[in-house]
Amino acid sequence: MLSRVTRDPAALPRLLLTLLVLALLWPGLEHSELDVGVLLNADNQRDMGRFLAAFWPLAHSTDFLVLLFEATVQTLAIATAGMALALLAIPASLLASRALSLSAASRAGRPKPLANLLRWPVRGLLIVLRSVPEIVWALLFVRAVGLGPTAGVLAIAITYSGMLGKVYAEIYESVDQRPAHALMQAGSGRLAAFVYGILPNAAAELTSYTVYRWECAIRASVVMGFVGAGGLGQQIDLSMRMFAGNEVASMLLTFLILVLLADQLSRLLRGRLA
Amino acid sequence: MSLNLRAVSLRHANAVEALRAIDLQIDSGEQVAIIGPSGAGKSSLLNLLATALTPSSGELQVLGAHPWQLANRQRQRLRTRIGLIHQAPPLPPRQRVVTAVLAGKLGQWGLAKSLLNWLHPLDIPGARRELARLDLADKLFAQCQQLSGGQLQRVGIARVLYQAPELLLADEPVSAMDPVLADHTLAVLCQHAQAQRITLVASLHAVELALAHFPRIIGLRDGQVLFDRRAQDVDQAQLDALYANEHLHAPATSAVSLSVQTARC
Repeated sequence: MLSRVTRDPAALPRLLLTLLVLALLWPGLEHSELDVGVLLNADNQRDMGRFLAAFWPLAHSTDFLVLLFEATVQTLAIATAGMALALLAIPASLLASRALSLSAASRAGRPKPLANLLRWPVRGLLIVLRSVPEIVWALLFVRAVGLGPTAGVLAIAITYSGMLGKVYAEIYESVDQRPAHALMQAGSGRLAAFVYGILPNAAAELTSYTVYRWECAIRASVVMGFVGAGGLGQQIDLSMRMFAGNEVASMLLTFLILVLLADQLSRLLRGRLA
Repeated sequence: MSLNLRAVSLRHANAVEALRAIDLQIDSGEQVAIIGPSGAGKSSLLNLLATALTPSSGELQVLGAHPWQLANRQRQRLRTRIGLIHQAPPLPPRQRVVTAVLAGKLGQWGLAKSLLNWLHPLDIPGARRELARLDLADKLFAQCQQLSGGQLQRVGIARVLYQAPELLLADEPVSAMDPVLADHTLAVLCQHAQAQRITLVASLHAVELALAHFPRIIGLRDGQVLFDRRAQDVDQAQLDALYANEHLHAPATSAVSLSVQTARC
């Protein structure tokens, strides 16, 4: 009697789902050959210790600081230019999103199957753009346009437009659809319905995601520096090869500050829009 | 003929039959109230008339057109002539009232004008005029999230008034307002419909408001028209039959009666 009163019909499915997730994760751990023991090996610890010991004191000679400043500006420029080009994904996100479906407005949010089919080519394009990692694009462009920031900018623009397009489209779908539907049911066009019905609700989320992606682009531009696409990454690569741990440490600190600033900017913009 | 329904049925995606073989004619310029218990299909019927839902079967004619036989573009043009007031107006919380009201004319404006109006409201006097009729002009530049439920409903009404449709549909337009305000707002809607010679169809759950403001009353129950007659011919027996609820006990049925008094202004 008591068990019938307190029974939660969702309990069993939840338990089974947890077991399923564990069963799926275990082989993953095996395949990734994760072995934490290597870190505790005495030889390895000594090598790492030597490298870390060279981090202090931080490099701060005037020549180096000028170099660091230039590299930082270049990294920011690569990330920003890449992001700006990636914003070309906005039209693609509008095409891919079900939020602007005219048929969905009068079918309880589900577009007609045929109209949904037409969204697939755009979705496919976005998948192609982002499925190739930016480092691979960078290697490709370094061959095409030579060493330098251009390769980094193009690589970021391509990969990130794929990511932005997908996530923007999903953000449009995740906010309350009724304002846009109501406008479309009063005869408004899709783009106007988007601007008046979806954008006010999605603006904070879109900004926050864009700034976060810009932060990721800064990181990515550093990684791409290792393959010759300019910026901080290229300098870190050079310093590491010369075992100049103190220079590496200064650059990592700069990097930390950049990410911190991006975080603050995101918080500020979200606060303004929320 | 403004509205013509012949054996129209509506089945929702979850297989619930919301409307069953409805036959209904409403002439242009008529003012009609739809009453009925919760879940009777009042909202479904209004959404159907607003072309927001597609009928599962039957023939639907709105403003002389068959909306679901039109191409998308033509249907959108037809929709600019239909205005639906929602019970809970779907307005983005951060949108300003002035923008929300002016959005009523998006269907009539081109894209360029719509975008320009989004950046800077182009017809502030127009928005103020409609809000003033509903005693809300002081909230012109407030954000929708700062308003109460009743104020939000009036913003929704102001938007549709600004749209100036030929067919004005209202789904429980005064449900969140106090009796005085509800009475005033319905009077504004009826006067507007009369002055502009447009058709007004409103669903209401306050029976006395429906009887006081509308010459024609349609009683809806279980997705079917129970009665359709002039307001002065509606009697207590019909209302009891309309709202009868065998699942509830006695006090609930007496909640609906003609003796409920509304304050008049």
